[in-house]
Amino acid sequence: MAGFFSKIFGGLSKIDEDFYEEIFEKLVMGDVGVRTSEEIVEKLKELVRENHIKEPESCREYLKDLIKNEMKLDEDAYAFEKERSVIFIIGINGVGKTTSIGKLASMFKNEGKRVLLSAADTFRAAAAEQLNEWALRAGVEIVSGKEGQDPSSVLFDSIQSAKAKQVDVLLVDTAGRLHNKKNLMDELEKMNRLINSYYPLVHRENLVVLDGTTGQNALNQAREFSEVTKPTGIIMTKMDGTAKGGIAVAIQSELKIPVKYIGVGEKIDDLRRFDAGEYVDSLFD
Amino acid sequence: MAFESLTDKLQNAFKKLRSKGLLTQEDVKTALKEVKMALLEADVNFKVVKQFVSGVEERAVGSDVLNGLNPGQMVVKIVNDELVSLMGPENAEIEFQPGKAATVIMMCGLQGAGKTTATAKLAGRLLTKGKRPLLVACDIYRPGAIKQLQINGQKVGVPVFEMGDSNSPVDIAKAAIEHARKNDNNVVILDTAGRLHIDDEMMEELVNIKKNVEVHQTILVVDAMTGQDAVTVAGDFNERIGIDGVILSKMDGDARGGAALSVKAVTQKPIFYVGMGEKLTDLEPFYPDRMANRILGMGDVLSLIEKAEESIDIDEETSKDMASRLKKGKFDYNDYLESMKQMKNLGGLSSILGMLPGMGLKTKDIEGAIDEDDLKRNEAIILSMTKEERANPKIMSLPRKGRIAKGAGVDIAVVNRFVKQFEQTQKMMKQMPGMLGGKKGKGMFGGLGGMRFPF
Repeated sequence: MAGFFSKIFGGLSKIDEDFYEEIFEKLVMGDVGVRTSEEIVEKLKELVRENHIKEPESCREYLKDLIKNEMKLDEDAYAFEKERSVIFIIGINGVGKTTSIGKLASMFKNEGKRVLLSAADTFRAAAAEQLNEWALRAGVEIVSGKEGQDPSSVLFDSIQSAKAKQVDVLLVDTAGRLHNKKNLMDELEKMNRLINSYYPLVHRENLVVLDGTTGQNALNQAREFSEVTKPTGIIMTKMDGTAKGGIAVAIQSELKIPVKYIGVGEKIDDLRRFDAGEYVDSLFD
Repeated sequence: MAFESLTDKLQNAFKKLRSKGLLTQEDVKTALKEVKMALLEADVNFKVVKQFVSGVEERAVGSDVLNGLNPGQMVVKIVNDELVSLMGPENAEIEFQPGKAATVIMMCGLQGAGKTTATAKLAGRLLTKGKRPLLVACDIYRPGAIKQLQINGQKVGVPVFEMGDSNSPVDIAKAAIEHARKNDNNVVILDTAGRLHIDDEMMEELVNIKKNVEVHQTILVVDAMTGQDAVTVAGDFNERIGIDGVILSKMDGDARGGAALSVKAVTQKPIFYVGMGEKLTDLEPFYPDRMANRILGMGDVLSLIEKAEESIDIDEETSKDMASRLKKGKFDYNDYLESMKQMKNLGGLSSILGMLPGMGLKTKDIEGAIDEDDLKRNEAIILSMTKEERANPKIMSLPRKGRIAKGAGVDIAVVNRFVKQFEQTQKMMKQMPGMLGGKKGKGMFGGLGGMRFPF
């Protein structure tokens, strides 16, 4: 473990306020956020007291385990991959929603599933074209509408098609208007109701796509999307850069929404299941 | 919001300062600790925050602050001023080529930063300023990118030059400039593919464009929601490609936009515009003062200060007036009322009495001795008096007391007790000018910034 830990845990000889301040700084620098970082530091202090830890060195595993345990996924986190499911992909513009759908489609397709894409983002210019391209790349079918068409009508067509073709996974792209715009929220709610009435009994999965380079606003985004639908997981994109995506820790701790996938590149297979261990390691790299 | 808002935190921190009257280094540190947290929560980079805060501390602990009448207000102003000057200048403009020569602008940034949208917005804006822009689709990688630029170009009424996705961006740029010359376009805006700052190959592509065509202005598009990494991204782009300015996109969201400060601090390049919405007309000039307000949530604090300034002005007038009256041994119900008002402004009786020098009282004693509910009732009693009664306590009589009791909704015995208490205070006040002496700024009056407590 070069970098942070060797510097902090090797360099400082005792556990004091400077030590904790450096941990706090590292967490904040990873976009974990002030509040959650403070909480983590407090918890760590408690652990240090309880376990009579004297060496900064031994703090290392405690701190990492602390965050790892928080971020660990439930055993049934990926259950939807094995069932007939509708996956809503939600997120604001530019976070990599469409790309993530393409990657997911390809992943499911490679697992031998029947996949259908629903291009219900009828708002952004050329969104459907972009998704079409991904459908081609992944080799899956797609239902799309026209720019400006009611997204729910596209979804309705998609549901009919999904039923007729008995697809395993219906992946629904949604418009990425900024989350604080009421229209989009209403739209999502309407689409939710549509699924409930016309495609009941399928496994529902609502994945919120967040940009790994986004700071504290990602928490707001997750919170606001939680108000119209129940997010079941997060796709953290753009994790191949230098940003740490630490806001996921705050989201998990405040909203209890786990990260399920991370995007690590532009290629179609650059989507991974989330690994808490790796994530925490990279947070402190 | 689940959080205590930053504004609240700042206000609390500064309230503490204001109520103390004098600004010590410790006070500045306390306040700046809140400022630091506020900046961090706004996503300003940790290192930038550290630098900023230490800069402000140096200024704030200076003599101009200590000599100021309202130290808390000074800290707010310093923080705000410093932020504004750091993020300035206002109205920075893209530099255009003189005369008829075409200006070539290259847009760059991370994926999803909003480049294509910002590019079209910029073109539309330049069009309204009398330029004849040409949009160029140099993003040959992202599916739908060319189409998106075409659609957006059409919406803003600017022609789009494209050569599909099988030519190199350098060739497209070259051809576009040639095309612009023939078609009399005097601004050529290259929309490039989004890329990671650590992607050598892609970064090299931008360097290549700059090598092979004459790019006059390179604009980095930065998402206002970017977190701590904004410094790395902006720093890398600036170092490797060289940027001339920044467009801050997605400012219509609720992000506090601390990235603006980070990017400015690390590149020292001006912020040209901010993208305020999804409509293609939503590109606005950058105002450092508004941005400072937004990052700190300072708007409220500043208006609070304005209010405070007003009330302090009034207080000072009345204080002077009252001081001279007291020296003459005059003290009536109006003065009593005024004193109570001032105390309320200062945030409660016990906190003030606790600060009084030479009172020989401990906070606990005070809290036991004076009930703030009593004060409210006393206020009601005075407010039930006529103007004459307030200005001239001597005319108080039984029928008057009866009427006042009814007005204040209390028993006449309570009024009796209050009047007696007032008369005692009055007596005490008459003796006080002598007690206090003429020492300026050292007595009870001066030391507390002109406040007095006739109890």
